[in-house]
Amino acid sequence: MTPNPYLFIVIFAGMALAFPLLPLGLAWLWRKFFQPPKPGVQKNAIYECGVESIGEAQVQFRSQYYLYAIIFLIFDVEAIFLVPFAVAFTGLPIGAFVALLVFLLLLIEGLVWAWGKGCLNWAK
Amino acid sequence: MGEIDEGLRSELQRQGVWVTSMQELYNWGRKNSIWPLQFGLACCAIEMIATAASRYDIARFGGEVFRPSPRQADLMIVAGTVTKKMAPQIVRLYNQMPDPKYVISMGACAISGGPFKQGYNVLKGIDRYIPVDVYIPGCPPRPEALLHAFMELQRKIDSQKLSGADKAGFLKPEQPSEFPVPAFGEHDLQPPANPDVYHPPKLERV
Repeated sequence: MTPNPYLFIVIFAGMALAFPLLPLGLAWLWRKFFQPPKPGVQKNAIYECGVESIGEAQVQFRSQYYLYAIIFLIFDVEAIFLVPFAVAFTGLPIGAFVALLVFLLLLIEGLVWAWGKGCLNWAK
Repeated sequence: MGEIDEGLRSELQRQGVWVTSMQELYNWGRKNSIWPLQFGLACCAIEMIATAASRYDIARFGGEVFRPSPRQADLMIVAGTVTKKMAPQIVRLYNQMPDPKYVISMGACAISGGPFKQGYNVLKGIDRYIPVDVYIPGCPPRPEALLHAFMELQRKIDSQKLSGADKAGFLKPEQPSEFPVPAFGEHDLQPPANPDVYHPPKLERV
C-alpha cells in the first residue's frame, strides 16, 4: 500500500511548525521557571541605537517631492523597457520598433517638460 | 539539578554514559555562543576587528556573531576611549541588552581613561556606570589578550549557578537589569558615577 502523496506535505508542514515553535516554547518555559523578566523603559524602547528617539515616526513629507517621484519614474521605467528593447532590437518588426519609439518619446516628453520647468537644476 | 558525585560521573563516562545537569548544559550552551555587540569606540576596536578576523578568529570560541542590535547581544566589548558624550549612549545600549549580559572593558581607556585620563571630555572608566565582568589592560591590548578575556568570561559563565542562594545575579528578581543613564551637567556627567556599581579600590597610604 502506497501512502497518500500528500502525507509528506503534512509531515513537512508539521516539522516546519515544530522547528521554530519548540525553541520558542522552551525559551518560554525557561523564562517561567528560571529567569525573572526585567522589563524597563529603555529596554522596551523602540529605537535601539543608544540614542533617544525624538518626535513621532509618522512624519509627513511635503507634496513638492512629487517632482522627484516623476523624474524617478521617467528614468526607472525607461531603463526597464530599454534593456529588453536593446536585447531584441535586431529581431523586431517595424511595427514594434515604431511602437517602442512612441513610448520612448512619451517618456522623453516628460523629461523635456521637467527640464523646462527647471527641476533638473541643482538647488542653490 | 542535584549534584552528582564526580567519581561516579567519570566512571560512567568511561563506560560511555554521559551524565550532565541542566545547569551545566545551559552554561555550556551559552558560554560557547556569546554574541558580542558590534561597536567600537577607538583604536581598541581595530584590535577587536583583528580578533574577529581570520588570523585570530574569535569564532573558535563561539563569539563571531557580532550583532548590530543590542536586543540580540550577550556581550558588550567596550573597546576604546569612552568620551563623556558617548557614555550615556553606552549605558543606554547596555540597558537595552537582554539578560544575561556581560561586559568586557577592553584597554586602558575603558578601564580608567588611560592616556587621556586628564582630558576634560574623557570618562575615567566605564565601570562607573555599568558593571564590568572582565578588564583587559593594554594600550591597545593584543587580540590574544581579548581572546584571553573571552575565555575568562567563559569560565565565569561556566561557574554561574542556576539555583540556590548564590545563583547568578541575572536570575535574581531584585537585581536591576537597567542602570541610570548619566545626563550632561554643567561641567561633568551627572552623576559622575553610579555608587551602586562603582566600587573603586580604597587607597591606604601608610
